[in-house]
Amino acid sequence: MHELSIAVSLVEAAEEEAAKCGAAGVSAVHLRLGPLSGVQKEALLFSYDLATEGTTLQGSRLLIEDAPVMVFCTVCQDRRSIRSLQSFCCATCDTPATDVVQGRELEVVALEILE
Amino acid sequence: MTTAVPRLVEVRRNVLKQNDVIAGELRRRFREAGVYTVSLVSSPGSGKTAFLEKTLSLLGRSHRVAALVGDLATENDADRLRRSKAPVRQIVTGTVCHLDATMVRDALDGWKLDELDYLFIENVGNLVCPSSYDLGEDLRLVLLSVTEGEDKPLKYPTIFNTADVAVITKVDLAAAVEFDWPAAYVNIQAVRPNMQVLRVSAKTGEGMDEWERFLRARSVDVAE
Repeated sequence: MHELSIAVSLVEAAEEEAAKCGAAGVSAVHLRLGPLSGVQKEALLFSYDLATEGTTLQGSRLLIEDAPVMVFCTVCQDRRSIRSLQSFCCATCDTPATDVVQGRELEVVALEILE
Repeated sequence: MTTAVPRLVEVRRNVLKQNDVIAGELRRRFREAGVYTVSLVSSPGSGKTAFLEKTLSLLGRSHRVAALVGDLATENDADRLRRSKAPVRQIVTGTVCHLDATMVRDALDGWKLDELDYLFIENVGNLVCPSSYDLGEDLRLVLLSVTEGEDKPLKYPTIFNTADVAVITKVDLAAAVEFDWPAAYVNIQAVRPNMQVLRVSAKTGEGMDEWERFLRARSVDVAE
């Protein structure tokens, strides 16, 4: 379980971005998280409170938006979802998929800041 | 007293940006020095160190090789790998379950990269956490030993999906554990279509020639 390390990196990243906006505080962090990031949502939520303790993000909420795996299917010539992580192929035509266009995200997308 | 209303500001910031920046710098340094870098990930006990020890000995006859090896505790693996006479450094991570780019950069301190042809980075034995961290490597191997069972790729799809090549180890034991080869291939392809699979035994040396040829071909591709 490395979500605590990830949560610490997340807090540092959010603090930096908040400072750039001249925020006095942060009330929420919006994160996009894909299953191929290797980070587990529940464990990250659990670690967030620990990681924010004593920082300017203490007491803020972590809001996680899922970024499901999307691939570029060479047969459909379009973005497609996959059957599952255990069946990494186009959900429409079953062609094995290698070109991942979404699903690796571990990305802060927005902050709710206090001024 | 007025209650402050939060303002929503959009940002786009990779959480592991710091790691990715350092990994990018490492990749540039490796490229400039002409050193081809391979990382190894697997569960504990799948034979990474034995495979690496054999690789360092074989490849070390014709090339300049070195290794970094990550573990939570002890220098045991580095001691084993040093028997190959290659330069080896242990990264003791303490409680951290994976290597990150900063640990690799720090461990390389004082090494002249341009005096190397191949650098191997053995990650901490773990099939979950290492998948998140770019180490600046050219090639990521995921190892799977026949004693672990054919369904490991299905249980840990992310690490297989983020790796470039799968190496099945301890193949000398395959018959004894009734390893189901077709199932293993199907499972690997299911989580990572088109992934190349190599079969080796560090003990008997089976498959090591093919692995060496594969590695040389890959490193030449990068150099060109």
